[in-house]
Amino acid sequence: MSVIINVANLSKTYASGFRALRAVNLEIRQGEIFALLGPNGAGKTTLISIICGIVRPSEGKVTVAGHDIIRDYRAARSLIGLVPQELTTDAFESVWTTVSLSRGLFGKAPNPAHLEKVLRELSLWDKKNNRIITLSGGMKRRLLIAKALSHEPQILFLDEPTAGVDVELRREMWALVRRLRSSGVTIILTTHYIEEAEEMADRVGVINNGEIIVVEDKAELMRKLGRKQLTLQLRQPLGEIPPALQRHRLELANDGSELIYTYDSRAAHGEHDGIVALLDDLTAAGIGFKDLHTTQSSLEDIFVGLLRSGR
Amino acid sequence: MNIHAIRAIYLFEMARTKRTLLQSIVSPVISTSLYFVVFGAAIGSRIPQIDGIGYGSFIVPGLVMLSLLTQSLSNASFGIYFPKFTGTIYELLSAPVSYVEIILSYVGAAATKSILLGAIILATAGLFVPLHIEHPFWMILFLLLTAVTFSLLGFIIGIWADNFEKLQLVPLLIITPLTFLGGSFYSLDMLPPFWQQVSLFNPVVYLISGFRWSFYGIADVAVGVSLGMTMLFLAVCVAVVAWIFKTGYRLKA
Ligand SMILES: Nc1ncnc2c1ncn2[C@@H]1O[C@H](COP(=O)(O)OP(=O)(O)OP(=O)(O)O)[C@@H](O)[C@H]1O
Ligand SMILES: [Mg+2]
Repeated sequence: MSVIINVANLSKTYASGFRALRAVNLEIRQGEIFALLGPNGAGKTTLISIICGIVRPSEGKVTVAGHDIIRDYRAARSLIGLVPQELTTDAFESVWTTVSLSRGLFGKAPNPAHLEKVLRELSLWDKKNNRIITLSGGMKRRLLIAKALSHEPQILFLDEPTAGVDVELRREMWALVRRLRSSGVTIILTTHYIEEAEEMADRVGVINNGEIIVVEDKAELMRKLGRKQLTLQLRQPLGEIPPALQRHRLELANDGSELIYTYDSRAAHGEHDGIVALLDDLTAAGIGFKDLHTTQSSLEDIFVGLLRSGR
Repeated sequence: MNIHAIRAIYLFEMARTKRTLLQSIVSPVISTSLYFVVFGAAIGSRIPQIDGIGYGSFIVPGLVMLSLLTQSLSNASFGIYFPKFTGTIYELLSAPVSYVEIILSYVGAAATKSILLGAIILATAGLFVPLHIEHPFWMILFLLLTAVTFSLLGFIIGIWADNFEKLQLVPLLIITPLTFLGGSFYSLDMLPPFWQQVSLFNPVVYLISGFRWSFYGIADVAVGVSLGMTMLFLAVCVAVVAWIFKTGYRLKA
């Protein structure tokens, strides 16, 4: 897949002297959904703001579809739609007036049919003549999305799109994002809900303290860094782990009635000291079990683990 | 040129103007009428003619300028300060628009509104005193130049201000005194020589003098000088705006 956004060696030092980004390198591929994860203050909004032209970079270079965001800002910016994190709207204007403004700002000729389609898609059509101040928080969030989509962007940035949005609406937004992706739009989203990244993203980037810690295919990341646990429910509780089983990484739980075996996802495919060996050893030691199940760590566990390991 | 953007911003700003039109018109019309009642009728009847013109007529160009200046300043400064205040400026900054386009649309909208108001005030004045416009072309030129220049100045103030107090400060502290001391209500040669010299440092003197000349053919300073000074002031504002955009001053972190 071709690269649509290229961030090279990007740093940002704010006027206060605070370094919000440290030599960030990142490639976003055409047509993907990319999730940017990171704790509060990691630099997600700063990164997005620089790409969109709202914040000036201190060092480094960004290109969008080959256009330098500073030298060629017109070409670069006209491809991008941005849904900001904050709910900032023109309180006294109507829904229709603001989406019309957004479309014009990005150099597109007026097209009421397209605006109608976007507003309908976001369930805002019946509010089109309402003043924005009369909308609920969730409606305002949708309006910000409508503004970004009003000018038919190729790339859509969603900075925490589902913050303060109820579960049903969140599902609707996810569906909208998928539809956009299938129509060829590249989507970059930041989120605090890891389930969102897990559900939506093709690739995941983790940022902390202004540094990109990891960028990986989501499935690959979960395979590489994910852990699996095998839980065996024993017929007879054990007081301690028998010496014959010491070489496996085992724990006893539930007053000795459960035996838990933790292993890397990578090792799942039968290494010699893997599950097969464990089961052999159990049989040899005469330990029987009634049931077993496995669990896999979520992206959230991986994320927390990455931040904790302080890389 | 991103024509669609210029059009969109201009229409958006004019829609705001339309929404608040009544209140924007009512207060200047009332205050202008008051000036005529007080200065034109009550006091003016005891003031001899100035350069052969009745006092009521004499003050008309100054009054129009006074409204034009304050309206241009407040429209333009508010127009750009408000999106900064609410945060909606993010969209303008992320849009593929050039600085020239932003200025054309914002300053254009502010100037349009203040010229509209200037015309209304002129019409109101016509109800009270006889009006005579000797050089209509020059009158319109001065009107346009002044509206654009002060809309630019307002734009600068709107960007510089980071709270509502500052937004009010410049018009209140600087522009209003300059206008009152700029010969709206008197001819410069009515002042003692020292103050005549001091007045020449007041840019508003040139605007009002030139504007009055276009009405009655009388001026405190030569009309060429008035035009030159107005252009100079315009150039200074353009330079400051160019610098603001070049450096991102108070617009971009
Ligand atoms: N204009 C600014 N001036 C100085 N420091 C700033 C400015 N904007 C952001 N910062 C700092 O830069 C750091 C990164 O902020 P940023 O908004 O990019 O974080 P974020 O990852 O989006 O966080 P969140 O998840 O809370 O939205 C923070 O420490 C913040 O305080
Ligand atoms: Mg943020």
